[in-house]
Amino acid sequence: MSQSNRIPGGLIDRSGTLSFTFDGRSYQGHPGDTLASGLLANGVRLMGRSFKYHRPRGPISAGSDEPNALVELRTGARQEPNTRATVAELFDGLSAQSQNRWPSLAFDALAINDRLSPFFAAGFYYKTFMWPAAFWEKVYEPIIRRAAGLGSLSRLPDPDVYDKGFLHCDILVIGAGPSGLAAALTAGRSGARVILADEDFRMGGRLTAETQGVGGLSGADWTAQALAELSGLPNVRLMTRTTVVGAFDHGIYGAVERVSDHVPVPAEGKPRQILWRIYARRAILAAGATERMIAFEDNDRPGIMLAGAVRAYANRWGVAAGRRVAVFTNNDDGLRTAADLRAKGLEIAAVIDSRKGEEVTGSAGRLGLRSIKVRDGSGRTRTVECDALAVSGGWNPNLHLTSHHRGRPVWDEAIAAFVPGPGGPAGLLPAGAAAGHLTTHGALKTGAKAAAAALADLGHKAAAFDLPEAEDAPVSITPKWHVPGKGRAWVDPQNDVTVKDVKLAHQEGFRSVEHLKRYTTLGMATDQGKAGNVLGLAVMAEMTGQSIPETGTTIYRPPYTPVAMGALAGRSREKDFKPTRLTPSHKWAAEQGAVFVEVGMWLRAQWFPKPGETHWRQSVDREVLATRASAGICDVTTLGKIDIQGKDAGAFLNRVYANTFATLPVGKVRYGLMLREDGIVMDDGTTARLAEDEWVMTTTTANAVPVFRHLEFCRQCLWPDMDVQLISTTEAWAQFSVAGPNARRLLEKVVDQDISDAAFPYMACANITVCGGLRARLFRISFSGELAYEIAVPTRYGDAMIRALMKAGEEFDAVAYGTEALGVMRVEKGHVAGNELNGQSTALNMGLGKMVSKKKDAIGMVLSQREGMVAKDGLRLVGVKPVDPSQPLTAGSHFIAMGKPATAAHDDGWLTSVVYSPHLGHSIALGYLKDGSARMGERLRTVNLLKKTEVEVEIVSPHFIDPEGERLRA
Amino acid sequence: MPEHSLKPLTPLGHESPETVTLGPVTIAEVVDIALASLAVRAGRGGDVATAARKAGIALPPPGHAAAGDPWSAFWMGPEMWMITAPCSTHEDIVAALKPIFGDAASLTEQTDAWARFRVTGRDLPRLFERLCGADLDRASGGQAIRTTIEHLGAFLLVREDGAIDVLSARSSAASLHHAIIAAAKSVF
Repeated sequence: MSQSNRIPGGLIDRSGTLSFTFDGRSYQGHPGDTLASGLLANGVRLMGRSFKYHRPRGPISAGSDEPNALVELRTGARQEPNTRATVAELFDGLSAQSQNRWPSLAFDALAINDRLSPFFAAGFYYKTFMWPAAFWEKVYEPIIRRAAGLGSLSRLPDPDVYDKGFLHCDILVIGAGPSGLAAALTAGRSGARVILADEDFRMGGRLTAETQGVGGLSGADWTAQALAELSGLPNVRLMTRTTVVGAFDHGIYGAVERVSDHVPVPAEGKPRQILWRIYARRAILAAGATERMIAFEDNDRPGIMLAGAVRAYANRWGVAAGRRVAVFTNNDDGLRTAADLRAKGLEIAAVIDSRKGEEVTGSAGRLGLRSIKVRDGSGRTRTVECDALAVSGGWNPNLHLTSHHRGRPVWDEAIAAFVPGPGGPAGLLPAGAAAGHLTTHGALKTGAKAAAAALADLGHKAAAFDLPEAEDAPVSITPKWHVPGKGRAWVDPQNDVTVKDVKLAHQEGFRSVEHLKRYTTLGMATDQGKAGNVLGLAVMAEMTGQSIPETGTTIYRPPYTPVAMGALAGRSREKDFKPTRLTPSHKWAAEQGAVFVEVGMWLRAQWFPKPGETHWRQSVDREVLATRASAGICDVTTLGKIDIQGKDAGAFLNRVYANTFATLPVGKVRYGLMLREDGIVMDDGTTARLAEDEWVMTTTTANAVPVFRHLEFCRQCLWPDMDVQLISTTEAWAQFSVAGPNARRLLEKVVDQDISDAAFPYMACANITVCGGLRARLFRISFSGELAYEIAVPTRYGDAMIRALMKAGEEFDAVAYGTEALGVMRVEKGHVAGNELNGQSTALNMGLGKMVSKKKDAIGMVLSQREGMVAKDGLRLVGVKPVDPSQPLTAGSHFIAMGKPATAAHDDGWLTSVVYSPHLGHSIALGYLKDGSARMGERLRTVNLLKKTEVEVEIVSPHFIDPEGERLRA
Repeated sequence: MPEHSLKPLTPLGHESPETVTLGPVTIAEVVDIALASLAVRAGRGGDVATAARKAGIALPPPGHAAAGDPWSAFWMGPEMWMITAPCSTHEDIVAALKPIFGDAASLTEQTDAWARFRVTGRDLPRLFERLCGADLDRASGGQAIRTTIEHLGAFLLVREDGAIDVLSARSSAASLHHAIIAAAKSVF
């Protein structure tokens, strides 16, 4: 189709041609077009269907406030719903589809809703779908969602990447129209660091859309000159396609830069969009203003547009919204549209000026405007044939960002609009049309003035800004909100809210602005009320007989325009959702085919499958049996390590651990239990005394950071007088457990010193060397219950160390074991871990009550003695085995006495950890059982109502293996 | 250097440091610098300052680093610095520092707790503005900036020659490296 509505002029590049499709039909446009201007140039006005009534809709605006022309852009995984055609930059090959229609845009079966509109008035679903209640979720809501909707999702992963970034500036200028440019020039010339951000791909704001010049140049030329100067200033950063979407605390602004939305596919490695966090010492809101509609019957037909938009399409894009255009206005600005179009040679069918008592009372045309009905001052009605109607109901300053800290706008009678009020974000200065100065002169002047004020605040001297000559005509508006009539007159076109709906809300008592909004959904569409909020408020004011400011104000929340979820996620998605920590033996473990498990951010080897092993249990059983039979090696680097020094380190440990540490001799390790202030166990681990004033604490993997933070709190806030210094060394040392009866013989092959039982007994520690001189640390501690050691080397040697240990272990058939085997062995030995350290258990519960020393004070000691926490028949850690060894146990099962019903009233505790013990040949478990230590040998049921299992068990000691500890002292 | 049979790996898991060049930017693993934390013991600030001065170790103010030969340092927290020296001569760095500071400071080996990437090239602020909130346009040589990159705590040491050393936890070196590379591809 030819570009039948393309007219001369405009800021498009006619030397280039872009091909695009809309609903499968091919069209052509030019670089500089938006999808909306391209379609209008081709005579396409119908671009969408409305949300509720499926009314045919075309664009009413030429900017980001567009409520009607919402389309799906692109196809496949890049399909993007709800894109405003008015801001979608045209590119060659662009594919766009209309949405919320079936089977086609021209014939939409759901337009039946429009006929049924009496049933769909405000609040209809609250009233209609009340019964039966169960139907809401399953029946009504899915149907309504299908019928009333926006675009559809591709349901495919977004193939593009989104960046996040951080910028700093003295002055952020939001909007590059006349006020923003004047502000940026003033600030930029003064040497301040300036960011000028504009949501459009072409800077200039209304200067690109108006015919009035600035300083003797056309608006576009003056803009080009200003931008040329600004781009030459190294202290100024110009950001097009960048929408400042929110004002946050402490001068931080959020902005979305659409880097690649205007190309078919982002270049390799380049982001689709960037979410910027801008740290601005001051900001100038020069976001302009949005024109508003006048409500009259059937004011939503394609072809009925805002007057400023009709002018912009003609002046900026060389597009005639219609060949025969009527203008309906309540202010002088609307008259400019008539003048500009006439100058372009277009026919003006009528100018209806409500200030003269004329008004438009209705429209006709099924899929696009054909005619309007006009009533003159004497009450006579006539029909005017036209294919476009340009409506101006006045302009609303784009004050949205000033509301983001709950600043409430105030009413300005002179322009009949809300302007920014007090209480906006500190350091944000509105200027130009955003501040209610609607003339070009006013915009330039207040932009420069705001910049000068911001500069003065920051201690800069403002450079001169010679105000160029520009139009300064008075606004001359006489408010006209809606034309009374019987039919439906749209207030919020995107959510299909009409004057009748506002009246109904009033009639039913929903008169406060907040109730009006929620009852009618006014302003709750993706345009966040840009099109309809003020109009709706004005209609409500008429109903109540109050003034608009008495009726209420409307405020806005971030984001200013919709933000893609991808931009909010940034790079943090899928495998990059969070960083990954790799153990020092990771490379080696991967070579062995280890199966890894996420433990916090760590990846740990879970087990090491051998050829022929088809089930994880085979690998884990083998690792356990081999370790208990000879030797096993496990990377335990992930346990937290905290270096504690200072002359008060021992006393410090006495206070943070429930048991005594200060008496620990140099060269020894002790198991410690750390309590929270409330007496519940926080963490456990061993602490070694390497020197008189140097200790190394180990924590559980999960609590490495919380424990360090807790210790720093104790050191800095509770006892600042203590001489204690802390630093994490978790990452600095690669640490391996070597366990099993042959552990010592294995280690003797790599350790340079004597580690015989006499020289290095159970719970010894020392600085040693390995493999001919490498600094290392050795601890004789055991989690498995076997003769065991932990050996640490500087992390860069961790890979070499595991290889050396495995080689040394060959003659003993030593195995590597993972976290599963580690877990099996600790349960067999009866050691507590995360499942037992569950944040609600005391030392007494764990059978470790004697560790809480009464001889000294320590965090949690006092509160651990509270009544109820020391009950003699409280929960105690027990071992559990099935009466029938062939029966597996289920973690989380609850203890129920034989013959008692499985109810909470008879709940005697639960199984915390369950493993299969290859050593014993059956399932075993640890659990917390009421009065457990007195119930050894008792038979109970373990019932799991979720998994529907029930197993008869016998209560036994939690030490399934070597209860006397002979092995670890061997 | 002690004689032993073990071969080290770099934080990225290689036998020798990896260097990647993307457009104008080069990102290189640096592994030949030993680190030790120095924390002043209670009431011993004067002793530490004197000992440091005598040994030629400059202890810079908050937010700064001081380069020297063989000792360099950057500020980590109140009365706490990271002291660095070449690995080739000071592999056992705590053993070398202990005689200087005695019991006036707590010294802890940190060499292998950290990964260090040296980022060189032009327009580095444009790269780092996609990674962290540090204001590098206003940074000058000798600054040590504590920041966060992709959830990871990091120090940026701004060198006199304009290069930036990024220090972060060793175990997540691959994630950090991936983030820097991705940002470089994105920017350049």
